[in-house]
Amino acid sequence: MLSGCGLSDAPIISPKGPIALAERDLLFTATAVMLLVIIPVIVMTFLFAWRYRASNMKARYAPNWSFSIPLEATVWLIPAAIVMALGHLLWNATHKLDPYKRLDSAAAPFEVQVVAQDWKWLFIYPEQRIASVNELAFPSGRPLSLKITSDTVMNSFFIPALGGQIYAMAGMQARLHLLADQPGRFTGRNTQYSGDGFADQHFEAIAASKPDFENWIAKVRQSQDTLDAAAYRALAAPSIAHPVTYYSSVAPNLFETILAKYRGHKARDHQQAAEAANRKF
Amino acid sequence: MLGKLTIDALPFYSWVAMGGAVVTVLGGLAVAATIMRLGVRYTWSEWLTTVDHKRIGIMYIMLALVMLLRGFADAIMMRAQQAVAFNSDGYLPPDHFDQIFSSHGTIMIFFMAMPFLSGLMNLVVPQQIGARDVAFPFMNSVSLWLSAAGAGLVLISLVIGTFSTAGWTGYPPYSGLEYSPDVGVDYWIWAVLIAGVGSTLTGINFIVTILKRRAPGMTLMRMPLFTWTAFCTSVLMTFAFPALTVACALLALDRTFGMHFFTNTGGGNPMNYINLFWMWGHPEVYILILPAFGIFSEVVATFSRKRLFGYASLVLATASIAILSFTVWLHHFFTMGAGANVNAVFGIATMVIAVPTGVKVFDWLFTMFRGRIEFHPSMLWTLGFIVSFVIGGMTGVLLALPPADYLMHNSVFLVAHFHNMIIPGVLFGYFAGYMYWFPKAFGFKLNEQWGKRSFWCWVIGFYLAFMPLYVLGFMGMPRRMEHYNAPEWQPYLIVAMLGVCIILLGIVCMIVQIMVSIRQRNKALDLTGDPWNGRTLEWLTSSPAAPYNFAVLPEVCDRDAFHDMKVHGIAYRRPARYEDIEMPKSTAAGVLLGAFAFLLGFAMIWHIWWLAIASALAAAATLIARGCNDDTEYVLPASEVQRIEDGRYEVMASIVRAGATEGEPVAARKPSLERAT
Repeated sequence: MLSGCGLSDAPIISPKGPIALAERDLLFTATAVMLLVIIPVIVMTFLFAWRYRASNMKARYAPNWSFSIPLEATVWLIPAAIVMALGHLLWNATHKLDPYKRLDSAAAPFEVQVVAQDWKWLFIYPEQRIASVNELAFPSGRPLSLKITSDTVMNSFFIPALGGQIYAMAGMQARLHLLADQPGRFTGRNTQYSGDGFADQHFEAIAASKPDFENWIAKVRQSQDTLDAAAYRALAAPSIAHPVTYYSSVAPNLFETILAKYRGHKARDHQQAAEAANRKF
Repeated sequence: MLGKLTIDALPFYSWVAMGGAVVTVLGGLAVAATIMRLGVRYTWSEWLTTVDHKRIGIMYIMLALVMLLRGFADAIMMRAQQAVAFNSDGYLPPDHFDQIFSSHGTIMIFFMAMPFLSGLMNLVVPQQIGARDVAFPFMNSVSLWLSAAGAGLVLISLVIGTFSTAGWTGYPPYSGLEYSPDVGVDYWIWAVLIAGVGSTLTGINFIVTILKRRAPGMTLMRMPLFTWTAFCTSVLMTFAFPALTVACALLALDRTFGMHFFTNTGGGNPMNYINLFWMWGHPEVYILILPAFGIFSEVVATFSRKRLFGYASLVLATASIAILSFTVWLHHFFTMGAGANVNAVFGIATMVIAVPTGVKVFDWLFTMFRGRIEFHPSMLWTLGFIVSFVIGGMTGVLLALPPADYLMHNSVFLVAHFHNMIIPGVLFGYFAGYMYWFPKAFGFKLNEQWGKRSFWCWVIGFYLAFMPLYVLGFMGMPRRMEHYNAPEWQPYLIVAMLGVCIILLGIVCMIVQIMVSIRQRNKALDLTGDPWNGRTLEWLTSSPAAPYNFAVLPEVCDRDAFHDMKVHGIAYRRPARYEDIEMPKSTAAGVLLGAFAFLLGFAMIWHIWWLAIASALAAAATLIARGCNDDTEYVLPASEVQRIEDGRYEVMASIVRAGATEGEPVAARKPSLERAT
């Protein structure tokens, strides 16, 4: 039935990594716990409405009955008990699945820096000193450690099959840790509405086996394009449905420079604002 | 002279936009034609300048219903776009689609739900507490006209200029000047700012009314549940709306005067806006839903023919929801990267609200238990609400779990969740109230058959429209997508489109209902003032109530005050003689203040500085002139009161006589007429 509705492939129903799996399981557990209350309420609504319909004179009628200590106690205590159970679950899960937390793994994390732009994603690979636009490749089976910022309005970085999202905001660095169990290709996108090109602001996340990943790096290294300051300024200008682009080299500390743009002193801010205004038109 | 306003502001660039503008202009002309038909002088003196809470309530609800049509037109356009926009641009360009989802949310929250809520409170609360008016009748009129001014700004943006594309939440930096340089966001800011001040004033007015104007004997714990929820909502309005006003004012300073509160650069911090906005925004959802809970409480007791079960629990639950609603705003941005402790605390606080809410649901169920349930449309809305609302509550608790929220935030699952709360929760509640209290406002009952048809269309349409969105959330579909490239989404979006079409049928049924009811009103007149065998004081007055509501203030001895009076046979006891009643005079100051606020907003949006200064000065002058006027009340002489009351009792006596000749038992619902000697 699930496959018939296209649900069996739904990224959140069939996750491809341990983070998304744990988050999904939390969702399912909480749903099951709550159904303990929801189903009786729905059944009681139909039952009472039918049984005590005005035309049913056989049903007992107690027009002044309006208080009962055992019932009152039950209706306060049962929801309270469920919320306490869920609260316990929530506290543990929120700490365990903190997106800023490094994953426990024998393999060393693979680091990528992510920059949200209008309306595309730039991925910088500091170790390899390469970069790509709208395509994120990383080795499967190894934690993916992301540093995320924005060079425009607020965005939200999300690869549903691998785990939850986090906001990308200018001048701030968010962290996200993900892991893909197996090689695969997943859709990632910005989920925070950001303007005209928002609907096309998606990318492919490629979890690659070791040899495939090395081939991918080699492919990027062959690119003619390099991401120096001028190329970056051109890239950062708004563009819709930007094609996948590879950069065989990246200006040093580019990510930190982008972050600093929004943190700096007053004079520099004015210059940046002027630049940004030019960029818009 | 006209600031940024040029001929280019007119929507000649797109047929769809032009169509919207033409419909808006025609709507405005229709309103003008109605006023002409009723008589300009009559409309002005009896309605626009009135300070009578009942008429203000009716005007609020008319505003809400008109804006419901406009907001629904936006909804059906969005659904149509998404149903066709797989790998295609559909019929709406992104900029237009973005304006539509922004105006849909803004209209439905600020200019549909808020006026509907204020209207019902105005119509009912003073009568329910045995009062002759609200505490500050003139301020009430100001609130109405400020809301109308805000609504007017949203409507006119369809004709002159464009509306915001920043969503109903207007998050910076996107809504800042750098990223949204045209007037759309300014329209949003000024509409929300002006209407928001009106809502703050309404909140203050009803706190004072409920605390100070109750009939003798009505202790706090004898107040009807709707009054209790109106009171808690008023407290929330008074404390929450200033946060929104401040957020919008600072954003306006950023945009109009180049300041840097919320910009990316220059030391601004957009996160502050998001905090301020949701410090209002989360209480706001309880502002909307608490009165709906109150309506359900009244309706379920009346149509189960039974005392409300667990009154004290319901009051306690209402009050605790009101307090807790201020402690959860951060759950709107769990994904902003706050630490695990912060997210967990706000997540748990959010889930705690489910406890009092659950208690309420059970108390309504036990009110039905051992009752004699009549399936009046208001009762159907209530039953539809209970079943649907618990589903929305469940998805709400899921979103309160931060790690689950990381998956579902910004997705159409979230959209499905809050519509699941707001349609069956808020809107069904207001519809139940509309059909329940309509006779009190107009003196005749609404046609029940069409009301039931409307209910079934709404409830079926709701499920078809929003259950697919829950599924799409699992498939990773974000909200606000103008087009998409995932083929597996389209079937669900087509079903959702069908659902919206069925909701459209529900709206058509409501329009038919009101037309049929007006035409056949003589068959459904409410001559007693108590069409449903009601339990609370608003059913003691005539329908529609006399300008003073109660010729003699009622004495309250029980929680279900009116029911108690009927049981003891003293409900319609007449006094030996009537006394003079002091009434507030109508005043043009309220409607003038609304007009000047509208002009001020319009001028600020288009940078027409001379007009902004002139309208601000005119508003200040109006307020001062009103403040210096000591002649704000008139006396309705006892003889006139006697005449009105005699007429009412004569009508009721004739019903009793008619009932007796037809051989019907003169049951509890027929008034018993005793004259005190």
